[in-house]
Amino acid sequence: MSETTAHAHPHVDVKEFHPRAHAAIHNPKIRQNFRKAMDGLMAKRTAAFEGWDLETLRDLGANIRLKALSNLPDLLEQLEQKLTENGIKVHWAVDGDEACRIVRDICVARDAKSVIKGKSMVSEEMELNHYLQDHGIEALESDLGEYIVQLADETPSHIIMPAIHKNTGEISELMHEKTGTDLSNDVEYLTASARQQLREKFMNADVGVSGVNFAVAETGTLCLVENEGNGRMTTTVPKCHIAVTGIEKVVPSLEDVSALLALLTRSATGQHITTYFNMISSPRKGEELDGPEEVHVVLVDNGRSSIYQDDELLDTLRCIRCGACMNHCPVYTRVGGHTYGTTYPGPIGKILMPHLIGLDEGRHLPTASSLCGACGEVCPVKIPIPDLLVRLRQESVDGDRLHPAKVRGHGAKRSTGEALIWKGWAWMHASPGIYRLGTGVAAKFRALQPSKAGAWTDFRTAPKLAPKTLHQRMKERGQ
Amino acid sequence: MADPIKVYPSKPQKVYYFGTCLVDMFYPDAGIAGVELLEREGIEVIFPQGQTCCGQPAYTSGYHDEARSVAQAQLDLFPEDWPIVVPSGSCGGMMRKHYPSLFKDTPEATQAAEIAGRVWELTDFLLNVCHIKLEDLGEPVTVAMHTSCSARREMGVAEVGPALLGQLKNVNLVEQIRPEECCGFGGTFAVRHPEISAAMVEEKVGTLVDTGAREFVTTDCGCLMNIAGYAEKNGKPLQGQHILSFLWERTRGNQGGQS
Repeated sequence: MSETTAHAHPHVDVKEFHPRAHAAIHNPKIRQNFRKAMDGLMAKRTAAFEGWDLETLRDLGANIRLKALSNLPDLLEQLEQKLTENGIKVHWAVDGDEACRIVRDICVARDAKSVIKGKSMVSEEMELNHYLQDHGIEALESDLGEYIVQLADETPSHIIMPAIHKNTGEISELMHEKTGTDLSNDVEYLTASARQQLREKFMNADVGVSGVNFAVAETGTLCLVENEGNGRMTTTVPKCHIAVTGIEKVVPSLEDVSALLALLTRSATGQHITTYFNMISSPRKGEELDGPEEVHVVLVDNGRSSIYQDDELLDTLRCIRCGACMNHCPVYTRVGGHTYGTTYPGPIGKILMPHLIGLDEGRHLPTASSLCGACGEVCPVKIPIPDLLVRLRQESVDGDRLHPAKVRGHGAKRSTGEALIWKGWAWMHASPGIYRLGTGVAAKFRALQPSKAGAWTDFRTAPKLAPKTLHQRMKERGQ
Repeated sequence: MADPIKVYPSKPQKVYYFGTCLVDMFYPDAGIAGVELLEREGIEVIFPQGQTCCGQPAYTSGYHDEARSVAQAQLDLFPEDWPIVVPSGSCGGMMRKHYPSLFKDTPEATQAAEIAGRVWELTDFLLNVCHIKLEDLGEPVTVAMHTSCSARREMGVAEVGPALLGQLKNVNLVEQIRPEECCGFGGTFAVRHPEISAAMVEEKVGTLVDTGAREFVTTDCGCLMNIAGYAEKNGKPLQGQHILSFLWERTRGNQGGQS
């Protein structure tokens, strides 16, 4: 895998998590924007599942994804065959660079100068926009959130709501500055203005690029969920449509899609259904009046097949990209999506990104969680995110003791000092006599306890040692 | 995640008591309160003096060999088939949920799984195994409750604390907004990411104070240390107590001062 493909943005250093977290925490606007947005999304999700047997539905979702993954190579073969039969051209990309080259080659073959894009996180992962622009092809985002983020020269701060870090006032100022739209807090007006600007681009774009939510192997159908119509425009107006997708998005049958779709929209934005649900099964046929002349699918690996090798890490690939884990994550809510510096932020990003960029780059990601479990609790396909965070923490400090190592950058966070501390800790706590002696002495000399204890006491008072330990008191009671 | 269906044992004559290292050193009052509550229910409490720590700090930090060696030292402490009760959702969760995977493919796998199946969070045990009935002897008071994330999500006892407090006629339990949100402790998280942790506990203290309560109770000493420590350092009008201390103090009458 290329070292350079999976960064969220060429200018963002993933390792600078702490300074960005510091800045976000001390930025009242960011804190407020995220708190408000996440509170709203949590409430909407709860309301959307009212009257549903959510646990049964989650089990169903998890089983569908597990079944699909357990059969992934065969399903991908079936998908390729069906898509080809349907007249859709299939391409395979080992990494983001290769996927970008494939997209460019298709554009070049059509002499395309402009690309209009529907929302796609895989294309963010590939940094497709920058790549195309560097090669003289204009790429314009047509999802409203992505469009705003593109105007601001930023990356999405959420996988479903890319511009959620901005409030209406900030968006108005941005559009005024970049597109001449009047300053206004009227959301309708701002949306209409963006739509007007995008409409013209749609009509003249040579190629449309979209993502894929589900790829159905049995029928060779690409399913696309969206609310604004940009996905439908992207996939029907330009003469050529290129869909890019991770290889894990394949499901066996259309029946599987219905359960996953019910979970996806409710988990993501609290919607029972989305405004648009596109099912693309071929290019325009002879007698049809609209639709592209050519449809391509780029199936992107980019580290996914290496996760696939490991029974535990495989669960990461169940993800249907709903973003519910972010919406419910207390860390994400405090620091916002950009702090992570990764394509996928929040809990899913912490378990997915190490596979894409390696633990040497993303070593801090698995630690940036209190393991509260909110992410695992809401995940519609029951990915055990907290367990995977612990597994990756182990991978990042375990040197060469964990065999076989599955994640690139394995052991990158291991430091001799920290390892020694844990060794000492284990020695003391595995020796009851030493432990009792140590804690007893600490209790006796508790007056000497320092009032400062590193970062803990910057924000809190130090916990006070009790005059006698529970061990001592139970002994005195004869127990 | 919580067990899908919990099968509670019938009330036993004896239990093993696993005190946890934080209770041991910082909150032994809460530990003793738990013992007293059990004894009042007619249960004999066995406290193995060889116990130290469940191994969780090393486990969640990724040092699994070290966690295993500490956890291993606990495995032989519970030879009889009695329940193991723990005054902490977090350590209970470690033993119940994570011991089986920590010892997977080791000679201790069977023993660890057997022990995991006997571990109970203490308030859950008091309510659903002992069917405790609490008689409130205290003055009227308004309290808020914070259930730890492990107690809520790993041990599935979020409803237990409110049910117990609900038995106390002079206790007015008020609910914070976002009761399910983490206080920001997270063991080593508070040390590795102090600012994020502080931002979380700042909001948690805010929502607790906003309830109007000046006291809160919690199932876990980690949360207690974090929330009460933040409130104290920042002059917020909020005192904290382990739920076991609170329950014991309100129901034991005037048998002397602090337990």
